Amino acid sequence: MFDRFGMITLTRFSKVGGIVDELLAGRFVASRCTRCGARSFPPRADCSECRSGEFEFVEISRRARLLSYTTIHAAPTGFEDQVPYTLGVVELEAGGRAMACYGETLPVDSELGTPVSVVPCVRGKGDGLRAYYTLERREEEADG
Amino acid sequence: MRRVAVIGTGHGRFGVRKDATVQELAFEAYREAVDEAAIDPAEIGATWVASVPEYQKQRSLAGVIQEYLGLNPRPVWLTEAACASGSAALHTAWTAVAAGLYDLVAVVGCQKMTELETAEILALMGRVGDVQWESVFGSTFPAYYALFARQHMARYGTTREQLAAVAVKNHYYGARNGKAMFQKEASLEKVLSSAPVADPLRVFDCCANADGAACLLLASAERAKSLGGEVVWLDGLGSASAPMSVLRREDLCSLPSAVEASRQAYAMAGAGPEAVKVAEVHDCFTIAEILALEDLGFCAPGEGGPFTLAGETRTGGRIPVNVDGGLKAKGHPIGTTGVSMAVEIVRQLRGACGERQVAGADLGLTHNVGGIGQYCFVNLFRRE
Repeated sequence: MFDRFGMITLTRFSKVGGIVDELLAGRFVASRCTRCGARSFPPRADCSECRSGEFEFVEISRRARLLSYTTIHAAPTGFEDQVPYTLGVVELEAGGRAMACYGETLPVDSELGTPVSVVPCVRGKGDGLRAYYTLERREEEADG
Repeated sequence: MRRVAVIGTGHGRFGVRKDATVQELAFEAYREAVDEAAIDPAEIGATWVASVPEYQKQRSLAGVIQEYLGLNPRPVWLTEAACASGSAALHTAWTAVAAGLYDLVAVVGCQKMTELETAEILALMGRVGDVQWESVFGSTFPAYYALFARQHMARYGTTREQLAAVAVKNHYYGARNGKAMFQKEASLEKVLSSAPVADPLRVFDCCANADGAACLLLASAERAKSLGGEVVWLDGLGSASAPMSVLRREDLCSLPSAVEASRQAYAMAGAGPEAVKVAEVHDCFTIAEILALEDLGFCAPGEGGPFTLAGETRTGGRIPVNVDGGLKAKGHPIGTTGVSMAVEIVRQLRGACGERQVAGADLGLTHNVGGIGQYCFVNLFRRE
């Protein structure tokens, strides 16, 4: 199932492949260790705190702040048609960080620290189905 | 443990080498090292080969290299730590000599990067980061250093001109290195106006893939002293790792593995950054050299840009850095680079670098980063 995650497929199988179903359902989730409760984004199957292999997905806030970004002009395989595209790294309010492409609402000249939302996205159908998330503009007072 | 010396150095020409296979490149450097040390190759007890295998068609490269060098049946194996493979091989070879397993060994860095088709190179370029959570969004190698550069600019006010000054300096020295890929100076205007790659980095902020080889011969103290004259010792070794994923890095303005590796190397050699006379640092991108200056303690955090612009990293400055052209102008055959850095420092300590020579160099440093800092090796070499 993990082969549907992101804009292209590089990793086909993972114990956290269930993130695709969560994104399809419109939920932005982290992993949560069912033994000690440690949360992780990006999700991980094996707890980095207590080494347990039992986890569940929990919905987390989409609210984040822009940590850094770059506009890519020289694309790798699979992204040739998209240049130039802007990639950001954000600090999640719920803890952890995410890397994702800018969505349509986030201006490419946004300053570092700008409030953003990490928004689940679904594209295509059948063999072409992709589940991912994009970075969108967030008004400071709104609940991302 | 026994003290370990470098008794031989060899360095082939870097660049697009349409004329040679990877083992032929390796032989160029090996021949030079054996001739320079004036030893009988039968003395070489084992060989460490440093190369990043996915760039070559040949599988299990180490075996082919050992055969072509004529060193069978002595043992050989490959050491890989991405762009720090060369230093990983040197580090491992050092431990074997220090432990007394061998009295004399060879470290061969060799890489043929230009044999791949452009499509294959682009596919590889798209898999340098964490492929599960990052590469699937289109990240590239320059993109990571662009993320670092953007943070550094926002936090410390580092400018495009300061980044460009790294490239201008390294091209200045590359123009004076007969083994460099780009033996041509580059003006500030040319660097600033080159095509964007991953904003704010442009073509002239990036090093180039290259073919080439370098070789070191290491020996025990007893064997090194028997050759007579001054000896160059590898007296300080530091090595560390950091999260592969930029999502699990605390700070985007420093490579934690470089800070830790340098701490180890300085402690082991009993010398601090102020004692270092010449350094080779991993300038895969211009921002990477600025981060290195700060991580190694040559200047305070945030001062790498002004420090560079003021000429402190040129010969005659506070700490000459990459006066062989660095990865930027010399070229970056990724498995070879760490060995190439060590060759330059050993030759600097011997006073053999001609117009690029740093006066009075008696302690030199190499800083070799793998990937975006998931591996880092810092070594200190001393002449006495």
